[in-house]
Amino acid sequence: MDLPTFWFCVIALLWLGYLFLEGFDFGVGMLLPVLGRRNEERRVLINTIGPVWDGNEVWLIVAGGATFAAFPGWYASLFSTAYLPFLVLLLALIGRGVAFEYRGKVDTARWRRTWDTVIVLASWISPLIVGLVLSASVFGLPLDAHGDRVGGWWTIFTLPNVIGALAVCGFSLLHGAVFLALKTEGEIRDGARRFALRAGVPLLLPVIALVFIAQFREGETWTWVPLMIALVAALAGLARLYRWRDGQAFALQGVALAGVAVTLFGALWPNVIPSTLDPAWSLSIANTASSPYTLTVMTWVAAFGTPAVLIYQGWTYWVFRKRIGTKHIPPAHVPSTLS
Amino acid sequence: MDLLDIARWQFGITTVYHFLMVPLTIGLAVLVAGMQTAWYRTGKQRYLKMTKFWGKLLLINFAMGVVTGLVQEFQFGMAWSSYSRFVGDVFGAPLAMEGLLAFFVESTFLGLWIFGWDRLSKGVHLACAWAFSLATVLSAYFILAANSWMQHPVGIELVAGRPRLTSIWAVLSNNTVLAAFPHTVFGCFAVAGSFLIGIAAWQIARHHRKSDPDDEDRRAWHASIRLGAWVAVIAFAGLAVSGDVQGKLMFQQQPMKMASAEALCHSEAPASFSIFAIGDVRRPDCESVKSFTVPYILSYLAEGDFHSEVRGVTALIPEYQAKYGTNYPDDPRLGVFAGQPINYVPNLPVTYWGFRFMIGFGALAALGAVVVLWLTRKRKFPEGRAWVPLAVLSIALPFLGNVAGWVFTEMGRQPFVVVPNPTPSGVDGVWMYTASAVSAGVHPGEMLTSVIALTALYGVLAVVEVFLIVRYVRGGFAGVMPPTPPEGEQESDEALSFAY
Repeated sequence: MDLPTFWFCVIALLWLGYLFLEGFDFGVGMLLPVLGRRNEERRVLINTIGPVWDGNEVWLIVAGGATFAAFPGWYASLFSTAYLPFLVLLLALIGRGVAFEYRGKVDTARWRRTWDTVIVLASWISPLIVGLVLSASVFGLPLDAHGDRVGGWWTIFTLPNVIGALAVCGFSLLHGAVFLALKTEGEIRDGARRFALRAGVPLLLPVIALVFIAQFREGETWTWVPLMIALVAALAGLARLYRWRDGQAFALQGVALAGVAVTLFGALWPNVIPSTLDPAWSLSIANTASSPYTLTVMTWVAAFGTPAVLIYQGWTYWVFRKRIGTKHIPPAHVPSTLS
Repeated sequence: MDLLDIARWQFGITTVYHFLMVPLTIGLAVLVAGMQTAWYRTGKQRYLKMTKFWGKLLLINFAMGVVTGLVQEFQFGMAWSSYSRFVGDVFGAPLAMEGLLAFFVESTFLGLWIFGWDRLSKGVHLACAWAFSLATVLSAYFILAANSWMQHPVGIELVAGRPRLTSIWAVLSNNTVLAAFPHTVFGCFAVAGSFLIGIAAWQIARHHRKSDPDDEDRRAWHASIRLGAWVAVIAFAGLAVSGDVQGKLMFQQQPMKMASAEALCHSEAPASFSIFAIGDVRRPDCESVKSFTVPYILSYLAEGDFHSEVRGVTALIPEYQAKYGTNYPDDPRLGVFAGQPINYVPNLPVTYWGFRFMIGFGALAALGAVVVLWLTRKRKFPEGRAWVPLAVLSIALPFLGNVAGWVFTEMGRQPFVVVPNPTPSGVDGVWMYTASAVSAGVHPGEMLTSVIALTALYGVLAVVEVFLIVRYVRGGFAGVMPPTPPEGEQESDEALSFAY
């Protein structure tokens, strides 16, 4: 495998890591009003992702940064072409990050309601946008010879891209529910499990539609294999959840996501963004990759950095491995207004 | 306004705003880790109180720093895609390294620090604080390495009209970043020092001035104000030394920027340093300007001796025109700039006053810190009231100095985004005009939407952050230290400590 192809796989891996990790914390945010009626319940939900969501989000930053370093043309065209969707994603992620940190800093119902609304809205919007732009990269954008968009901002809203948006959103919602079944106890765990079992198959429909569109439009023969693995793993995950095996269900979701990612990036290869106007203008691995020297440097950085990240992030999950429930939640402690 | 103007405003607004949070985060993170170390080593309650209180303010501020940093990474691709394509081979590497080697550490260990108070042993928990705070410093290094490369491109060769990386080591050990990094980090500590002084002074005046000097709270505030003052004074000394080194490099690498910083129209030998000017510094011929100057000093700042010639703006313009052309290329992708003459003189009032405000605000803050050191010596606290509001207001000084410094250094390199460096160490012939860096395919309406949306959101969030900081400052130690339940009622092995 040559270096550009290797880095194409690294980028795919970073997106996979991002969708797997932040996928469930988006899902938890979306489920906030569903599974958290009382404030204590909502605090349980938020605290399941409290120590880790920030580290999860860095996967997005590194996916973006690595694309910039390894495939500048891919980064430049995707981000400028999807300018407004990325703006909305930024606004959502800004609001969401601040909301987690600020929600508990004032002890009034109105304050909490405001920030809860921000968390819920942002947790719905963000995966929609991530799905939209990733699908656009797979299915192509109206790019001219310079890699700039021809036409207005709305050209990204094609049917396959919209299905991609729904797919990432649906997956995150299901993934969040399974994560909550794994991380909580008592009523919240029951509720999350029930939700995942009832809504599981409908939530997976856009994902299934997405991989089949990708397979029939751009797929190779071998990409049938990951596609089938994804389908089987997704259904097996729900079956394991039904048997109360939350951990196995969560792991199988990861396998399913990996299958989907391999199918999509396999369909995209050897392009990084096809041009829908003229195949000659498509951005490919070959014509957007950085120089061999830069890729070599980045390979060394990744060779040392990635295992370290996996070790200390894994350790974080180990430190906070216990299930939590409403009985663990201490009373709020914030400065009073009178001081 | 055209696309370029809007994109530049957006970059200016989002970057300056981001850089209000960053220096406080970096400076405060290291100081909080230091406070926690003091608690770990001595077991004294006042150091725990300090760690919790200043740590809480750090977290409120850190959240804003992170989310506004997201915008920084994304907007290179969104608004400056032509720039990203041109420099990606070089510029992307330090940016990706920042994410992989520094930012992952920062956010992961911050999570462990916030939630790990009861889950981790004291030593491991302290190590998390240091991992987090040192990673913020490392982040700054990588980002400054990327920025310094734009100011002084090194470690590259030109292949097919594009810079190609030949030595990552050259980029990371660029003399420009070796000067900019200490200068920026000292700037961060200046911010954190004044922050400690202002808030601790207010607390002491409000609650603890008349209390028993052995009262734990009073001692904690007193330790905070002394720490802040020492940090601010040392930071200013570091700023002066590193700033001098940086200035001398800039005279070599970007002579136009330094001539503009002085509004120096004609070459002088020996050259005088301008303290301030009356009149319109905007005119490069200087006809109407009365400048109050100190002879010989500018020669010293530029070359290290008192008699060298320093080239002025009017002398530099023909040099730049001879090297980099008189007109922009006649390329339709340059929009209104295609074929137009190039103005090589940056905005003179901005560079001239930016340079003065940077030094002036920094010096004022340092002077204040020296006064505070004198007033609070031997565990004393002065009776006079007037100085407390002054101490609180002085929190703003290093922030303003930082902003002025960045505005100066970024505006001073216009019309270039990648500045050509005709020095022996730089690679001459590599440069990029700001006009050709902007995303050609983005519609001005899209760009304007994002400027308005981001500015409005940033405005709201600024109000929220200040509101929360004021609230926690008023709450003092009581607001961050939950009452400990009596022995025996403490739940022994609970799932995790809850921060949210």
